[in-house]
Amino acid sequence: MLDRPDRLGAPDPASAGLPDDDGINGGVRRSIRHESAHKHVAGSAPYTDDIPVPANCLHLALGLSQRSHAVIRSMDLSAVRAARGVIAVLTAADVPGVNDASPIAGDDPLFAEECVFFHGQPLFVVAATDRRAARQATKLAKVEYEDRPAILTIDEALAQNSHVSDMKRLQRGDPMPILAEASHRLSGRLEIGGQDHLYLEGQVSLAMPGEDGGITVLCSSQHPTEVQHNVAKVLALPDAAVTVEVRRMGGGFGGKETQPAIFAAIAALVASKTGRAAKIRLDRDDDMAITGKRHETRIDYDVGFDDRGRILALDVVQALRCGYSLDLSNAIADRAMFHADNAYYLPAVRIRSYRCRTHTVSNTAFRGFGGPQGMMGIERIIHRIAHHLNLDPLAVRNANLYAQAPRNVTPYGMEVGEAVLLRLMQELAARADYAKRNKTVDAFNAKCGVFRKGLALTPVKFGISFTTTHLNQAGALVHVYTDGSVHLNHGGTEMGQGLFVKVAQVVAETFCIDIERIMVSATSTGKVPNTSATAASSSSDLNGMAARSAALAIRARLTKFAAELYQAEPDDVQWLPNRIVVRGEEMGWDMLIKQAYLARNSLSSTGYYATPAIQYDAANMRGRPFYYFAHGAAVSEVTVDSLTGEYRIDRVDILHDVGKSLNPAIDLGQIEGGFIQGAGWLTMEELWWDRQGRLRTHAPSTYKIPTASDRPAIMNIDLWDAAGDHAETIFRSKAVGEPPLMLAISVFEALQEAVASFASTPEQIVWLNAPATPEAVLMAIESAKRAAMT
Amino acid sequence: MMQSRSTIRFWHRGAIRSLGNIDPIHTVLEWLREDEGLTGSKEGCAEGDCGTCTALMAWLENGELIVRPVNTCIVLLPMLDGSALFTVEDLADESGTLHPVQQAMVDAHGSQCGFCTPGIVMALAGLYHQTREPSRQQILDQLAGNLCRCTGYGPIVEAATMMGRLDPTRSIIPTNLADELSFLQDDQCLQGSGPDGEWFAPATIDDLSLLLEAHSDATIVAGATDVGLWVTKQLLTFERLIFLHRISDLRSVQTTDAGLEIGAMATYASARSALAGFAPALDELIRRFGSEQVRSFGTIGGNIANGSPIGDMPPALIAANAQLRLRSAEGDRVIALEDFFIDYGKQDRHPGEFVEAVVLPRPGTGWALHVHKLSKRFDQDISAVCGAFALTIVDGLVRDARIVFGGMAAIPRRALATETALIGELWNEDTVWAAMGVLEREFEPMTDQRGGADYRRIAARNLLWKVWLDTTDDAAAMSLSRQSSDFVDA
Repeated sequence: MLDRPDRLGAPDPASAGLPDDDGINGGVRRSIRHESAHKHVAGSAPYTDDIPVPANCLHLALGLSQRSHAVIRSMDLSAVRAARGVIAVLTAADVPGVNDASPIAGDDPLFAEECVFFHGQPLFVVAATDRRAARQATKLAKVEYEDRPAILTIDEALAQNSHVSDMKRLQRGDPMPILAEASHRLSGRLEIGGQDHLYLEGQVSLAMPGEDGGITVLCSSQHPTEVQHNVAKVLALPDAAVTVEVRRMGGGFGGKETQPAIFAAIAALVASKTGRAAKIRLDRDDDMAITGKRHETRIDYDVGFDDRGRILALDVVQALRCGYSLDLSNAIADRAMFHADNAYYLPAVRIRSYRCRTHTVSNTAFRGFGGPQGMMGIERIIHRIAHHLNLDPLAVRNANLYAQAPRNVTPYGMEVGEAVLLRLMQELAARADYAKRNKTVDAFNAKCGVFRKGLALTPVKFGISFTTTHLNQAGALVHVYTDGSVHLNHGGTEMGQGLFVKVAQVVAETFCIDIERIMVSATSTGKVPNTSATAASSSSDLNGMAARSAALAIRARLTKFAAELYQAEPDDVQWLPNRIVVRGEEMGWDMLIKQAYLARNSLSSTGYYATPAIQYDAANMRGRPFYYFAHGAAVSEVTVDSLTGEYRIDRVDILHDVGKSLNPAIDLGQIEGGFIQGAGWLTMEELWWDRQGRLRTHAPSTYKIPTASDRPAIMNIDLWDAAGDHAETIFRSKAVGEPPLMLAISVFEALQEAVASFASTPEQIVWLNAPATPEAVLMAIESAKRAAMT
Repeated sequence: MMQSRSTIRFWHRGAIRSLGNIDPIHTVLEWLREDEGLTGSKEGCAEGDCGTCTALMAWLENGELIVRPVNTCIVLLPMLDGSALFTVEDLADESGTLHPVQQAMVDAHGSQCGFCTPGIVMALAGLYHQTREPSRQQILDQLAGNLCRCTGYGPIVEAATMMGRLDPTRSIIPTNLADELSFLQDDQCLQGSGPDGEWFAPATIDDLSLLLEAHSDATIVAGATDVGLWVTKQLLTFERLIFLHRISDLRSVQTTDAGLEIGAMATYASARSALAGFAPALDELIRRFGSEQVRSFGTIGGNIANGSPIGDMPPALIAANAQLRLRSAEGDRVIALEDFFIDYGKQDRHPGEFVEAVVLPRPGTGWALHVHKLSKRFDQDISAVCGAFALTIVDGLVRDARIVFGGMAAIPRRALATETALIGELWNEDTVWAAMGVLEREFEPMTDQRGGADYRRIAARNLLWKVWLDTTDDAAAMSLSRQSSDFVDA
């Protein structure tokens, strides 16, 4: 299927040869390989930087601020302009429209104007005949700064009342009097580091000038529509004059939701000014200096609980480092609040959220979108309760899970419909032999050796939908050509998550034809307009439904046509694999299409979908922001070297709920990949800024993401065979993009258990902050050892 | 005067290619993507850390054909001379049938976004060339230089275990390649001038001496695993570059009466087995040194001559009492390796001199080397602390101790006070405890992105206890630096 991969090699045994149960190749629920798998391995799948550029294409590089917060006294670019190969140097003064590439607030200038607000902020762009010349020329700028005090940390931002938006509060009942009277009460603080996306393909855009001042941009973006809007805004063009196309990304993870817009807009600006194509491809170091990351977050908590560890009341303060501008920080911080409960019922709760403005990169979407930080808080709280009461943390988790009414309503007033997690966790604990291994770990640690172990089981409950309700819509475009081949297009983008193959499966299933007949195509604002970002895990849900609706519209016309042809009723038309049968008369798909065309039927349709049932009062944070919840749980076992702080994840067991999977192979890939990415966030991935606000971990040489040997040797991943009835999603499948990342909290908790083994009393336990680098683990162990000696 | 030519010659896609008028800082990746339109190899980091640009290169070492994965983003074009280059475009056969490595990746669902995939496929093709039945450790080591942000690696490791079984008969290396390459070897000095300056790639030590005598300010390029970053990251230009890769006499690794002599241009890959034979601890250190790609080009001499305070090899070599042989047109000069490092960015290399060889003297009875490297990630990471402990223990008595740390000062530095606390004492817990107290106070390391000062101090101290355990307690002497089943109840 799809770009003729079978010419390249043997058919995938999972997808070809064997017919499905329903008789077509590549329907839903099948482990079909990624639509570009053959091209990936052959090196023939073009990414934006691989597309041949038009003649005379200019190559761009950015001049970046060398200060975190300063007034620009002067900027002398004469040497830059005079450098070899330089064709143009543009600054804020050259922007014909609005100097902004932000998603919402109008506060992300393409180029700094009077002031710089973070180290690495773009000041100007150099367009040159080759990329090296452009990059070298940027070094020749003479910029005079007048430093202003820089706010770099959450502490400094809170102290100086520096916020990107107002504090937000989500409250149920009044926890304060309950806290005062609770038989047990604990308070504490958890600091959680950020995370760089480290998509392997960096930010890249190619802009080409077109007719009537129009622009076409090819780029690596999860949100072509937002790129379109920003390019139009910058160039003072109508949206209709800008076309943005994305065939595939080399990874996104949220880092290509809002972040590509500025680079696309800069390339478009150069193309517009010079009349030449312009390509910008960031060097990795510049990419990491300029683009936003996962929000570093601080959680302060005060919790009251009973003798069984059941939470009675909770007061939480979340403070997120948003960076210099708003970006999506409000929605991200909201989601941190929505997931401050993770899977647990909080009878009386107050959650306050501070969105701190700092002179650092503007933090942005990253897989989980605030949810991971919210969950880390409550899992820490549960863990502390367990040690305080000398209970198994799993028992405390189980005691607090959402259950029957009245313990089935979230702090924002949404009913947790199916309380599947208790069953899922029990099943996982049995499969992973949790109880026995827990005893083994205790016995291992009781020997007080150099090595210590930790074991932890943690759940994930993740809300699926954009919490900005209007974003929950999608469009698709399906053409059937007269030879019976199908062109499929929709508003979702492919970043490796397998969206294109899943939606193709949906269309194959709907037409009851082999998936080989369906060609997927690049996402383009010219084909499907007004799309939402490929984000929030919801793209299969949204685009799958939209594509199905388009296919159903065509199918309805074909049914009507066939009924008329055979002088039968529409109900008499049976759709069988690659053919229809009407009262015993059979007609193949190709012939049906040809005849329908000759009889003058439209064989093209748009499709549209808007998620039903969600209803949410954003001002008061109440209602049903999510269509449904995705669930999962993981058990992780770690071994720690107490002399060095080094550790290994020995074994992981995962049970995850994807509803009725559209494609089990793709879903398992998302679960494993998300887990390892989450484990990286909480262990080795450390963003390190110096006191001048410069990011010093700005490339893979210094910023370490997991490599092959960091994946645990034993990793058992199973899909939860969801028995319960749940929301009417596309073929009853569930979103899978983000939730598995948070399963990795089990790794952090297991490391914490290993560290806790050095304490002889709960008070002596040193509680880790994230990331739990070997340094953090060693320092915690040393501190616990000292406490135990005194 | 020496004979010269100005055209580089290498084997690519079935033919000998000759390129003249090259820019010596044009990278192989840029040449592939921009000049040849072969866009299968990707740029992910341009510093040899992510592996998306991985290709295979083949060359002759002592007449033997070596096939190795390399990071094309930091291989400079002159370094192709005399070699063969294979990229992802070369794997499928003429009919388009995928190579078993590729097919295994498809079957195992080993790609998601696909951007790292060509590099992964090439790294695995290198492994396939070596063995059809790789061990799990071989697979993990081969992949250590290839980052994947999507899959979590499980399907890729699975593909690596499957590939040899799918079809064990494929080879992308032509049978006559060694012959073809041997025709490309000559003693002429390769030289040219690029947009920013001139460059030389001599084939003999004598020519190198002459060149350096004439151009003592020239930048010397060994494996370019560091200089490559001066090009791609610092955007430096060079008035004069001298490449050493063609000088086979600098690549020798031999055991002499004096000990083990390692030519400055011996790569980590080629010197590994000899160094492992000298001291087993060096094998594990080299396994974690960079990645397979970095070890293909990274040289022992380069890691010394660039004077990095965080190079992993100097501490171990200094602990082993290595001597450094420097050469110039005036002759040889031998110094203790530890004296070569004067201060941050400053080494005892006279104008016109180059590092010729390192000599590790034959150790005496009771000598053993212990090396412990600490970093945020086990594989392909730069050390926060790297400790090398060479102890000579005879009849329970510490006769000699040479303890050297990287990451604790501006240069690799000996822990002299700690050595003093050990020498002449019984090797027992009391001695080690006392020495640990000394060690904890001996250095004033700095805080940076790799680790805080306190962590470095405490970790360095604890490493001495790990050495004690190495010598006394098999169970506690285990290291987590490799995946092991010892800690797992499956």
